[in-house]
Amino acid sequence: MTIGDIAKLLECEVLCCADRLQSEVHTACGSDMMSDVLAFVKDQAVLLTGLLNPQVVRTSEMMDIICIVFVRGKKPDESVVALASQKNIAILSTSSRMFEACGILYENGLRGGASSGGVSVSAGGA
Amino acid sequence: MSVLELHYDVPGDDFTRAGEASSAIKNKLKQIGIAPDIIRNVAIATYEGEINMVIHANGGTIDATVDANAIALVLKDTGAGIPDVELAMQEGYTTAQEHIRALGFGAGMGLPNMRRYTDEFELKSEVGKGTEVRMKVYIKK
Repeated sequence: MTIGDIAKLLECEVLCCADRLQSEVHTACGSDMMSDVLAFVKDQAVLLTGLLNPQVVRTSEMMDIICIVFVRGKKPDESVVALASQKNIAILSTSSRMFEACGILYENGLRGGASSGGVSVSAGGA
Repeated sequence: MSVLELHYDVPGDDFTRAGEASSAIKNKLKQIGIAPDIIRNVAIATYEGEINMVIHANGGTIDATVDANAIALVLKDTGAGIPDVELAMQEGYTTAQEHIRALGFGAGMGLPNMRRYTDEFELKSEVGKGTEVRMKVYIKK
């Protein structure tokens, strides 16, 4: 699945790094707790979250997460988008709620980590 | 490889800037060609430490030393210290208040994550004086 596929499936607005839409995403994680995100290494992952602060981008940077989807129609402020742009992390916003957004991506083949065959060590992720 | 030494001061009053030191260390390691999985382990460990410093200790310092064998990390603060280190190392245990949890931290995973991603982990803390965490991530296993 590509970032572009996610944007289509969740009817997202793309807020930055539209040039990354062709990038492949192998795993996903949905959480508002950043330490839970940091607990499980994922490969080429997307993060779905309702949290809007700059630490969402910082956490993604540390984990090599390549795309953040903000759920429930939330949009971060410009400084957060600018930071993501600088780190080359695509930012999407969907009106779907967390459960619904995760469900749609799961239904379309995206998994939590264990089945990626990459460096993932667990299927975790809240 | 020659030895690379990095030093960063972490400001304690600005949550939005927390992570800048970890980001800088990550970029340096990338520049000198360290493997991505090793860089990620270092990045997670320093970032969790940096967040802890900002949340609990009003800032601190991070020193990273890179040689051919390992990346050594020393995180120091002069904060309140940890009364019960064993308890603090348990997954899920936290003393962070609700406003910190609202920022996405304080799940009680910071210290456990730092230990999880490093090959050596040592924490010394004295109540009223501060906390020092020494970690190593091996380049050659």
